[in-house]
Order: sequence, then structure tokens, then C-alpha cells
Amino acid sequence: MPTVSMTVNGQAVSGEVEGRTLLVQFLRENLNLTGTHVGCDTSQCGACVVHVNGDSMKSCTMLAAQANGADVITIEGLAKGGEMHPMQQAFMDNHGLQCGFCTPGMVMSAIDLVVKHPNPDEATIRAELEGNICRCTGYHNIVKAVQQAAKVMGG
Amino acid sequence: MVENGIGASLRRKEDNRFLTGKGNYTDDINRPGQTHAYLLRSPHAHATINSIEIAAAKSAPGVVAVFVGQDLVADAVGGLVCGASVTGKGGEVNKAPPRNVLTMDKARFVGDPIAVVIAETLAQAKDGAELIAVDYTELPSVVSTSGADAPGAPQLHEECPDNVALDWELGDKAAVDAAFASAAKTASVDLINNRMVTNPMEPRAAVGEYNSGTDEITLYVTSQNPHVHRLVMSAFMNIAPEHKFRVVAPDVGGGFGSKIFTYNEEAICAWAAKKINRPVKWTADRSEAFLSDAHGRDHVTTAEMALDADGKFLAMRVSSKGNMGAYLQLFSVSIPTLFHGFLLAGQYTTPVIYLEMRCVMTNTAPVDAARGAGRPEATYLLERLVDVSALEMGLDPAEIRRRNFIKAEQMPYQTPVVQCYDSGDYDASLDKVLANADYDGFAARKAEAKGRGKLRGIGLSAYIEACGVAPSAAVGSLGVGVGLWESAQVRFNPTGGVTVFTGTHSHGQGHETAFAQLVTERLGVPVENVEVVHGDTDKGQFGMGTYGSRSLPVGGVAIVNACDKIIAKGKKIAAHTLEASEDDIEFGEGNFTVAGTDKTMSIAEVAFTAYVPHNYPEGVEPGLDEIAFFDPLNFSFPAGAHVCEIEIDPDTGTLEIVNYTAVDDFGVLVNPMIVEGQVHGGLAHGIGQALLEGCVYDDDSGQLITGSFQDYCMPRADNLPSFNVDYAPTVPIHNPLGVKGCGEAGAIAAPPAVINAIVNALGIKHLDMPATAEKVWRAAQAAG
Repeated sequence: MPTVSMTVNGQAVSGEVEGRTLLVQFLRENLNLTGTHVGCDTSQCGACVVHVNGDSMKSCTMLAAQANGADVITIEGLAKGGEMHPMQQAFMDNHGLQCGFCTPGMVMSAIDLVVKHPNPDEATIRAELEGNICRCTGYHNIVKAVQQAAKVMGG
Repeated sequence: MVENGIGASLRRKEDNRFLTGKGNYTDDINRPGQTHAYLLRSPHAHATINSIEIAAAKSAPGVVAVFVGQDLVADAVGGLVCGASVTGKGGEVNKAPPRNVLTMDKARFVGDPIAVVIAETLAQAKDGAELIAVDYTELPSVVSTSGADAPGAPQLHEECPDNVALDWELGDKAAVDAAFASAAKTASVDLINNRMVTNPMEPRAAVGEYNSGTDEITLYVTSQNPHVHRLVMSAFMNIAPEHKFRVVAPDVGGGFGSKIFTYNEEAICAWAAKKINRPVKWTADRSEAFLSDAHGRDHVTTAEMALDADGKFLAMRVSSKGNMGAYLQLFSVSIPTLFHGFLLAGQYTTPVIYLEMRCVMTNTAPVDAARGAGRPEATYLLERLVDVSALEMGLDPAEIRRRNFIKAEQMPYQTPVVQCYDSGDYDASLDKVLANADYDGFAARKAEAKGRGKLRGIGLSAYIEACGVAPSAAVGSLGVGVGLWESAQVRFNPTGGVTVFTGTHSHGQGHETAFAQLVTERLGVPVENVEVVHGDTDKGQFGMGTYGSRSLPVGGVAIVNACDKIIAKGKKIAAHTLEASEDDIEFGEGNFTVAGTDKTMSIAEVAFTAYVPHNYPEGVEPGLDEIAFFDPLNFSFPAGAHVCEIEIDPDTGTLEIVNYTAVDDFGVLVNPMIVEGQVHGGLAHGIGQALLEGCVYDDDSGQLITGSFQDYCMPRADNLPSFNVDYAPTVPIHNPLGVKGCGEAGAIAAPPAVINAIVNALGIKHLDMPATAEKVWRAAQAAG
């Protein structure tokens, strides 16, 4: 089996994987980073979004081997020194999550959204989160959370 | 005033773990020596199984075991059960055709499990399953609700002639027919309540583990009710006796009804773990979830209203069929009957109502409770029929509702369909929502939109639901196989922290926070010192779980009752320590005080004394740990009025919800932030049903057409607006906390509000859900 090596949440990691192993499987099964979730099998739901070389990526859409040498950030790698990322804090402050299953992917997508659209209006937020499905919140409080985080991240 | 008690929008305790990737969902659990299960499912909607050849699969690389239905039967594993026995026409109880864990004789829907392959890895299990050869003889299938009982339709079960599981009726048919015969006006609408796939974001999963040293089975499972899972698997399926069977429902990623039920795969993981003496894990992929989760709704209905010359409702008559799928799931026939028929009075004084409901079997996945469960179907037909009645009478939809409302002063109100409402002020919620939505300004907005080439419409929905399930005697008399009380244990630890065990289960509802607030309110303990524990049959005593918006109205009262027992015992201990009469001890804000003095003792000090009882009242047991069970006296009756305002582009059929305004009566709000979140989520579910979602099986082949998120349209962020949410509370006389359920209201209220807005914009009588752009465009073209 091929060996893949990458940086995950600032740590160099490597592991043996089958050729068909997806990045999300490598994260969950080899590295036990179970914060990244699998909610579908057609790359629709976005529960598995992580950052690969700074871009949000559905980790079910790429093979672990394709991430060889990449810099990967998962939900576990966001908080620094026990302090949440402004997006995590904004989700908590605005009740932007209920069951928590879509949340890691939603937070990772939202961070990328704000990096690429520093002052997003509601329509931009809704359009940019089209690839992340939430069944609990109706998105209302997620939009509010992204708006709050955008202010903090911009300032 | 207690800080962070009832009424505080406290940030949620559970959020830290969910936001940092530290949630513990079933698929996150891995046990030493674990194997992986994969289910071979029928590719046919209806087929006789002639033979199943498993030898090649058994010898495939990594395969540990392959089992078929006979293997479970040989171990005396029972089939999946229907927990409802509802009495229909002629005193006949519903049929309950048997269902084996793995079907043996016939496959009855696409996805019906045939065999399980257990292997070292999931990939090996899947590869092994490809080597199983099943010899099928394909049979004609039937998937349509309206056609299931047609002459000559393919028959699913010998036990169900004409595919009818139950013919049920409710109400006085003769009185209703007489009222129609003499009515000044009648209105009628034919409608379909579209089939939904519940789709919590976490797919179902299970991990079974066996300890041969203690002969105990542990099942980690995506369940809304772990004790009920254990009960069913123990009592009916013979998996293990309850005292040797632990069921853990850890963090669960949404339920919405579909995780109430005991499923084939869960029983297999528990049974096979003992059989092969290794842990067995199964996780559904989304395609399997579409095929095998219980679906919701799926009614085909004709509804009629008889009115007098002033638009007063004289009688309502409903004829409907409900699709049950290929097998009866746990609640099954109780949903289109009891949970549907008993809500048909809505907010109105309609004196006589008659419903006939035929529950039919089809070659589709089982249909059961899904967010609202029967009440969305009732509300949709009623609120559509009221709008059609308004159209017939030439009355404003708000006005016809006002003329027929049950008035606040008539509460409690006995409806003609069993339920007795205990509270509500429907005029108040309607007045408030009309003001909040600027109903009076609609005409001007419509005119302005017309100038932009857009069709603007406004729609009302005035709903009531019955939740907080439920009084045990009431549901027992109707044929529900369990009591629906709830339990709680409130345990003071010696150093003053409080551990609360609840029999309900939180899968997004925030119980760890809201229930802690109840304890803080009652006992005055800081909320950070209260921990709520749920979801493990080895930790808490028996409980009935979470569904039917019951957790706070039933489970919350049990918690508070246990707190009151703590206070009662604490008074004895404090009286002894403070050398006063027990009658003179007052309790408030966490302190026991001798009335009229400054002699006081905190509840933490009392707790410590209870565990170190050196100087202690005679006859009082040590410890401070109380259990309470609460069986409600009535259902909970949340209600409200919603207004939806939309704009349609007639050239494309695309539709935008420009305003959605809700005014709900949930009684007392324990955590308003969480309640509002529940409203938002319910609205998304209801708007999803109205505009986007619809589960479709192919009429000819019986194949599931909408089998993935590519084909089944879930509401996404850009499909929905921000919501305008407000409240008009009343006091429920039967609930000691003054609370009502809130988790299902949005899903119940929204579909008719949305469709009423669309037909208003188009100037038509009716349009079936989901109102997709194509359907709306066709309707707009036809309407000119």
C-alpha cells in the first residue's frame, strides 16, 4: 500500500493507505480526527469540509494520495491556546448549531467564505454556503454567526 | 431572582465539544477487534427469493462471517415489531404482517435487506457482498398510495388483502353528511401530502460489542430513545435480557423521528457481536439512508367543508389514504390515524367532523413518524381547505378564520375529535402575526411587485398541534403499546455538584443546557455545577426518549418534581441542623432559612451533611438523590399563526420567500435562544416540504428515483429567508411548568402558509407540494 505524508493541523503525519482511500477516511480512520464528518456519498452535504492548502475542500472528493504533501487544517486545528477561532465563537454566540453534525464542515466553509469575501452581505453568505446542508437550524442563525465572525475577523 | 434559570438565553453547554470536533457520534466509536458489516439489499421492488448463495462471499479475503435470515431465526431472534394496534372500522385491529430482520421469502422494497457480510474492513465486506448470488423471480410492484388498493394491484402480504393494513374512521358520519346536505355552501379540495425523507445529517449507525466474561451486549446506536431500543430488542427480538443489555445513544446528529425506530441493522450488530464474539460496526452511507430509513407523510386526500351563509364551518369531511410502505414500522398506523385525525378540528369550532383513513401497503420503504408526524398532514389539509372555503365565500382568509376560531374564554375546549385543548388564544396570535407581517400593507406591496413583473402572494396558516406525548392511560386506550411518562433523577454529589439523569435524549435540542436551567431555577445551584446525563441505559433509569415534542413538557416536569423531592428532604436536614421546626424552614435561591431569622444553610451544605450524617435527623436516610416519574394529564397544545409572503417570477417559475412571520404560543420559554432555533429548524423543514422535497418512486419499476442529495432537494441556505419569530403565550392548565412543546411547530405550520401564498399570488385554487419552479411556471402560464 502506498504511503502518504502531509501536514495536518501543523503536525507532520504519514500513513499507509489503499489507493481508494479518501482524504476524509485517512483523517477519521488513520489519524482518529473524527471531528470531520461524513454526511453523504455524493459530495453534496459539506459535513467533511476541511482546508487544504488554505482552500475549503470537501475531503470526500479527494483521495488521501492527492493530499500528499499538502497542508491540511481540520476543525480540531482551529482553536489556538484553548481559545476558539472567531468563527467557532460566533457559532456558539448565535446558536448556529443544534445537533452539531454539519457544524465542523459548516465552520470550515464559513471561514473560507469570510477570507474570500471579507464583508459578506446576507445573500453572499447564503450563496457561498450552498454546498453545506444543515437540517437543524434553518440557516438563520448560521448567517448571523458568519456576519458576527466577519466583523471580528476583518477587525 | 436566580441567574441563568428559566427565561435565560444561556449559550449552550454542549457547543464547546461540537465546535471543536470533540463530539462523540456513533461512527466515531471504534472498539478493539472491531469488524465491519455491510448489508446486501434487494435491487428489486418486489421479488420472490428462490435461493441465496453465500459460499463464495464467505471465503472472500477478510470476510469473517456471512449471515442470512435463517441464521437469525435459528437463534430465535424475533422480527421487527409494530408497536401500535389501532382499532378500525367494524372493531377490526390493524393487520401486522411479520418482518424478519433479514427477509427470507420475498423482497418487498428496493433496499429490503437480504444478507449481511461481516469483514475485517468495510471495503472487504462490500467486496464480499458482491460475491453473493441471489436468485430472484421479479414480481410486479405497486408504489402509489392511491393505487395500492386498486383491484388487481400486486399483493405484498397474505395478511393484508388488497394491501389494506387498516380501515379507520373517526366521527359521526351521519351527522356530517346531514350537515353537508343542508349547507348554504360547500368547499372541497383534493391534495397530496408529499412523501418526505427525514434526512438527519448524521446517517444511522450501530456498533455492537459482546463481553463473554459477563455475557453482556453493548450497543452504541443512533437512537432518540435508547431505553425503548433496549426494550424492543429484548422483549420482542430476544437479543438479550434487559439486565444484560446496555444501549448507548451517544451524540446523535439529528433525529426528526427517523431514529425512534428499531432497525434491522441495529439488531444485526448486537446479535452478530455475540455470535462472532467480536465488535461489529455498521454505518449507513447516505444512499442506504434514503433506501432504508423510515420515510414520512405520503397521504392522498379529499377534504370538504360545509359552511353556512356567514362562512361558519358546519361540518368537515375527509377521505384519505396513507402509505405505510412495505412493512409496518414501530408507530406506523397510529400516525395517519390518531396523530392525524385528532387534530382535524384545528383552531376552529367545527361541530362535527368525519375522517376515513385507509392505511395501505406498498413496495416502498416503511413510512412512520417524521417531524410533526400526522399533525403536519392534518394542518395542511385543514388550512388549505379553510383558504379554499374563503375563496368560495369571497371572504378574506384572516376573516374566515376569525369567524370560526375557538375563543380564549371557551378554554378548555372539547373538540369533536377526542382532544380537549387546555389553553390557547388564537385571536391573539392571529392579530399579532398580521401586525408583525404588515398584512394591511400587502395590497400596496403586491402592486409594487406587479410593476416589476413579479407576482406577489400572501398566505396564512393558523395551526394547533398536540404534543408532549403523552398521558399513558389515554394512549394505552388507543392502542399504543407503551406508557409515555418520563423519568428523572437529580443527584447531589457530596461536594455540591448536581448530576441530572433524564430519560429523554438530546440530538440537537440542547437539553444539557435547558434542563440544567430548570435545576438552577428550582434549586439555586449555579448552572455550571449542573450536568445533564442522557443516552445510556446503564447510567439512567428507564425513560421513553425524545419525540413528539415531549422532552420539556414531560421530561422537564419529571426533573422539577425530583428537585422538589430534594427540597423536601433538604428541609428535614436543615431543620435538624438549624435546630428549628421543619415547618419553619423556607427554601429559596439555594438556601434553607428559618423563617423570620438569619439562620440559614446552603443547599450545598445540606448535601454535604446528607453524605456525612454525623449530626442528622432520626429516621431520615443519608444521601441526597431523588427520582421522579411524571405522567402528564393531557397533551400539550402549542398553537400559533404564521404568514408567508412570496414573489414569483412568472417567466421562470422561480419563487422567493420575501417575508416569513411566525407568532407561536409555547407557554413559558425556558431558553428563548434554543426555542427560536427550534422554530427556525421546523420552518426550514416545512418550507422544504412545500417547495423542494419530495420522495419519488418509479411507478413501473418501483425504483427509488430520489435516492441521493443530488436527486432529493434538501433546503439549502440560499433557498430560505431569515425568519421573523415572535410569541403570544398562554398558560397550559395541565402543565406544572407552564411549558408547551416547540420542536415540531414550524414543520406543521409552514407548508400551508407557503402554498396559500403561492395560490394567492397565482389566483388559483390549489397547487400540490412540492411547488417546484416547473410546477409554479406551468400554473402561472395556465392562470395567464
